[in-house]
Amino acid sequence: MDIVEQGPSLRIAPIADHALYIDFGEVIDVAVNQRVTALARRVAQAGIVGVTGLIPTYRALTVAYDCTRIRQSRLREHMERLLAEPDAAVAPVRSWEVPVAYGGEHGIDLQWLADHHQLELEEVIDLHSAVSYRVYMIGFMPGFAYLGGLDQRLHTSRRESPRLKVPAGSVSIGGMQTAVASIEAPSGWHLIGRTPARSFLPSRDEPFLFQAGDAIRFVPIGPDEFDALAAQPDYLPQWTWRT
Amino acid sequence: MSRLSVLNPGVLTTLQDRGRTGYEDRGVPPSGALDELSFAIANALVGNPAGTGALEFTLLGGQFRVGQGGCVVAVTGDMEVFIDDQPVAPYQCHVLRSGAVLKVGRALSGARGYLAVAGGFVAQPVLGSVSTLMRGELGGFAGRAIAKGDELQLAAPSQYLPLAAREPAQRFWPQREHQPLRVVLGPQQDYFDDSQVERFLSESFQVSGQSDRMGYRMTGPAITHLKGFNIVSDAISTGSVQIPGSGHPIIAMHDRQTTGGYPKIATVIRADLARLGQLKPGDWMSFALVTVDEAETLWCERQVMLTAYLDELLLRYRRRS
Repeated sequence: MDIVEQGPSLRIAPIADHALYIDFGEVIDVAVNQRVTALARRVAQAGIVGVTGLIPTYRALTVAYDCTRIRQSRLREHMERLLAEPDAAVAPVRSWEVPVAYGGEHGIDLQWLADHHQLELEEVIDLHSAVSYRVYMIGFMPGFAYLGGLDQRLHTSRRESPRLKVPAGSVSIGGMQTAVASIEAPSGWHLIGRTPARSFLPSRDEPFLFQAGDAIRFVPIGPDEFDALAAQPDYLPQWTWRT
Repeated sequence: MSRLSVLNPGVLTTLQDRGRTGYEDRGVPPSGALDELSFAIANALVGNPAGTGALEFTLLGGQFRVGQGGCVVAVTGDMEVFIDDQPVAPYQCHVLRSGAVLKVGRALSGARGYLAVAGGFVAQPVLGSVSTLMRGELGGFAGRAIAKGDELQLAAPSQYLPLAAREPAQRFWPQREHQPLRVVLGPQQDYFDDSQVERFLSESFQVSGQSDRMGYRMTGPAITHLKGFNIVSDAISTGSVQIPGSGHPIIAMHDRQTTGGYPKIATVIRADLARLGQLKPGDWMSFALVTVDEAETLWCERQVMLTAYLDELLLRYRRRS
């Protein structure tokens, strides 16, 4: 595959002497995001000495490097070579089943959101839990997953004033996105439910649950089941490989 | 093992090391000492392995009582230092007896100072680092700044327990260098026309009071966007100069969000980050353009200079102990 076929918007640019920036285009789009995660995988597999970090986002891969180990001109050659390789067949992704207690004390904005869209509570829950979401990127705060694929009928402008503290595990809707809060933090998004799964727990062997490219499906549970799962200190939601 | 009792924590004093690397793809910023040069020298002065956690002061130091067993300390940065009310020099290690009171005063220039103790502070590393990230309540002492009444436990010193040097070691003053911060343009300079890039490179900006370990907000001339100021979120590096809707630059620092949605007109080069980390509200700055090649050469030279200097300090201690 020729580099040009990757699209006219492909662009490699320096982030000073910190990193190389490989931009696939100014869009939120599954195909663009898949290119980002596919390139991240190839760069990781290539094991290039001097690469100190890979940060995939919606539309670009940032390749951090240490110039005392490799010069950027040489790193750029590596990237051009990897970009010229054809994308492998679609790689399998981890698909998570994340239990969510919708509404009530766990989702204090669910009723408002249903009224706002002139939907029944159950319809909102069905729409939100029917879809498999893609983790476009992790950012904003440790373990915070930006999910793509929210049903258009649930797109909702953010709150005018953010809440100062939203508990970890909160499942919320902001604009065209939905997310799982990883730690207690301020949020201007609408809270529709909460999962007992902790997507960031530094004391755990695997501190993070999600990574860019994963798939997430939400499974409605009742408040009793929420309490039972939340009481298990080592509770982890399940995932399976999906192609 | 000894300890330091916090009598006065200062304005914002946190435990920092070289930061946590390799977790930015999981949303975790690097954190770490804002002036890694002064931080590294503090550790070397007390014979610590490079990267041992040290206290980072902001504008003002703090006051500590030394516990049973005493300890060996060094302060770097342009800080006033007193032991039992007697002024002593920074950039020098001092042996403190039990009950002594160490007071670190204000910063005479720059914004940060560092206190290293031989052996280091006892703290649980999180994701490979003891650096404090207050926004995520991670690392350091319970993820927060030190507070009055805290008892900071000290680890046993290494075998190269240094003797107090008679003369202060040669000092580095990144906070006293006032030439422009060097930048490489991009990665979104195409959001600005040439006149705005020229404006960014020729005007002076002032660090505003709304500046912290996450980022510095600048006041001064506003930079106008060519095509809007919202981009689809991408990664932010330390030193990224973002231009939000107001047109007033925000420079991302070590506790930044890992991703964000403002165009970045330029990025401060690695060799100038220590100097950037010493800026305080009210300071003026300007920017100068360099190439990636020049930036890399400057950083490599800086690393050679620092490594040689730290080796020299260690050699001196080994000869004397």
